[in-house]
Amino acid sequence: MSQADLTIGHPTGQTLGPAFAIPTKKLAMWLFIIADTMTFAACLVAYGFLRNGTPDWPRPFHSITNVAIMTFILLTSSLTMLIGLRSARAGDKAAAFRWTMITAALGIVFAFLHIREWMGLIDEGMTMFKNPWGTGLFGASFFSITGLHLTHVTGGVIALLVVGVRYKGGRYNADDIEVLGLYWHFVDLVWMFVVPLVYLLNLTH
Amino acid sequence: MHDMSVHAGQHHAPPTSFIRKHVFSLDHKVIGKQYYALALVAAFIGMFLSWLMRIHLAWNNAAIPGLQLLSKTGAPGGVMTPEYYLQLMTMHGTIMVFFVLTTAPFAAFGNYFLPIQVGAEDMPFPRFNMMSFWVTFTAFLVLMSSFFLGDGPTLGGWTQYAPLNAVGSVAGPGQGLGVVLWMASIALFCVGQLLGSLNFITTTLDLRVKGLSLMRLPLSAWAWFITSCMGLTAFAVLMPACILAILDHVAGTSFFVASNLVINDQIQPHSGGSTLLWQHLFWFFGHPEVYIAIVPGMGIVSHVLLANMRKQMLSQRTLIYSMGALALLSYMVYGHHMFVSGMNPYSSLAFSFPTLVITIPSTIVVLIWTFSLYGSRLRINSASLFALGFISMFVSGGVSGFFLAQPSIDIMLHATYFVVGHFHLVMGVAAMFGIFAGTYFWFPKMTGRMMNETLGKAHFWLSFVGAYCIFMPFHYLGMAGNVRRYASFVDDYLQPLIPVHRFITVAALCTGAAQLIFLYNLIHSRFRGEAAADNPWEATSLEWSTATPPPFDNFGGKHPVVYHDPYQYGVQSSVGDYVMQASPEQVKSDNEEK
Repeated sequence: MSQADLTIGHPTGQTLGPAFAIPTKKLAMWLFIIADTMTFAACLVAYGFLRNGTPDWPRPFHSITNVAIMTFILLTSSLTMLIGLRSARAGDKAAAFRWTMITAALGIVFAFLHIREWMGLIDEGMTMFKNPWGTGLFGASFFSITGLHLTHVTGGVIALLVVGVRYKGGRYNADDIEVLGLYWHFVDLVWMFVVPLVYLLNLTH
Repeated sequence: MHDMSVHAGQHHAPPTSFIRKHVFSLDHKVIGKQYYALALVAAFIGMFLSWLMRIHLAWNNAAIPGLQLLSKTGAPGGVMTPEYYLQLMTMHGTIMVFFVLTTAPFAAFGNYFLPIQVGAEDMPFPRFNMMSFWVTFTAFLVLMSSFFLGDGPTLGGWTQYAPLNAVGSVAGPGQGLGVVLWMASIALFCVGQLLGSLNFITTTLDLRVKGLSLMRLPLSAWAWFITSCMGLTAFAVLMPACILAILDHVAGTSFFVASNLVINDQIQPHSGGSTLLWQHLFWFFGHPEVYIAIVPGMGIVSHVLLANMRKQMLSQRTLIYSMGALALLSYMVYGHHMFVSGMNPYSSLAFSFPTLVITIPSTIVVLIWTFSLYGSRLRINSASLFALGFISMFVSGGVSGFFLAQPSIDIMLHATYFVVGHFHLVMGVAAMFGIFAGTYFWFPKMTGRMMNETLGKAHFWLSFVGAYCIFMPFHYLGMAGNVRRYASFVDDYLQPLIPVHRFITVAALCTGAAQLIFLYNLIHSRFRGEAAADNPWEATSLEWSTATPPPFDNFGGKHPVVYHDPYQYGVQSSVGDYVMQASPEQVKSDNEEK
């Protein structure tokens, strides 16, 4: 039985902290992540729904090299984010700033590789509504899902730069780095769903 | 860490300029009033549209004077075309569901009273809160702007079924730019409500004052909290669905259009998508949305009844758990909107079962209300009458839900007026009565003036009788086979039903006119009403222990401390038969929950 239950019916006005002792900004980020999970889930479920219902679904990817590199970079950026947070918690401001910037740089490299991949596919004739290999839905769902993810990465990079600089200037503290880190890891986690569903399932046999 | 989150709501100082005070205000109370005003305007527009539709249904070829000014092509000479009827129907549904039933009970009252009921000075993210309203307001403007398009607003219904929502203007007037504006408006609306839900949840969990455990929250606060949990997850699904539909329009994709579709003798260039996909995405949002509209009403009604029953609920805890169960189950039943969609019949079975299960928490809620009312000396006033009316409407509309939950019966009734009667009673009128109950109850706190009781009671009886006169016959029409979404009933078998339609139309016009009494009461009382005391209803929760109307920081720089469960009525204290949550007085009480 929780403390909250014990106070019911005892009009003594006992002191209670916040329900789960979680700071408001962190709670808000978790709530955002819940909502965003629903958005990504809706898109991925829609993708699965369409993919299962379409006979001529194309499998145009020949190699996993590029996506493996991208995945490696994004995973590494989660690690650098963690190191940055640990430095911030330890009070090492210079290191925390440096690792935050490295995280942002990895995000930029990821976005660059992603756009290069997009350009390659567009050069091969893939658009939002047609491609040389099969149903036009492939391009529609590929660009929509990876585009949504890329938007999140871009937003994350901007946030990393802003929070990093302001942390260095003293306006933000280690808690803010932690909250931003939650977001960054979430974007990373979503990618772990995008890779198997959108890339590996569509590899040429 | 605790101190930081408790005081997180004090970021902003009182504004001084007119614009920061009344327009772009960060104050949750002003934002609540702005939401209320938006809902009020939207409700009257929506009601006016329903008048036009009802007149057209009852007197098919009658010219409505002046209607041609609204749309030259839609109503040449004042006579509505079938397409224009559908356009008005779509706008009526959209305006009512989104901009009235979601904004008024949830966003308006929740914004105003949730922070006060938890003893906070404001929400934790006032800027998000301000954005939430202005994004919603922009969404409303975008939706209304589609009235001014050459071919008018979209005609696809508030559910915007595919493939009509995706193929463009070949599907009819308003299906081109009209649909894009609709989708953009609703996507914006989702953003607004997501921001609102984020604030509501953080307010409830992090900003409660000393002594206010979760179980000591008033039922209205619980209802808003549960609703915001639904809002956070449901609107996050509708938003991408709307964006995908926009892509189908502007980027040439085919998410919601199947291959080889022929519309108006033209084969569509789209290929490969699924029309059912839209329904799945839409109703995954759409069913929780029904509960987003009704659960705040349940909280408001409980709150209002308790203050007028002067005793506790049979079990406050069970009421809270039931509302939570409704929220949870609302995600598992959405397929009951799709029994006739061509979905796999086994899926219908899987959705039918939880739909019947969801009647259990609904029934528990109603039973707790009625058995709590039993033996109480209810104070009759406009607020408590509307609360009783809510229960009546919720039961009457809910009973037909038992029928519709079963696929074999639903197949017969789905496309008829039976369904129209069902959802108008259970989520439309019931939720409206919840809004009215809240308005009569909280108006004194919000404005510092009392509303006129005589006018309020007249408003109640006219609305109560009127609503039944309108929506009960819908059930009979439905059972007689009267199809819905038709602009006119010219077939032989529908001719005998025309007198029923005329009766409904007259009832709708009269009931609508009765709402003008409310409007007059609202505006007149705002300026000329009797001055209200700080606690005119002798109620117990925190909003009544502050000044009327509350100061900018809600409690005048102090932080109240909570000593009691929210509804200590029927006790003996120094002030009467109740003790306020913030009063340190110890009282003997037999009925506190153990």
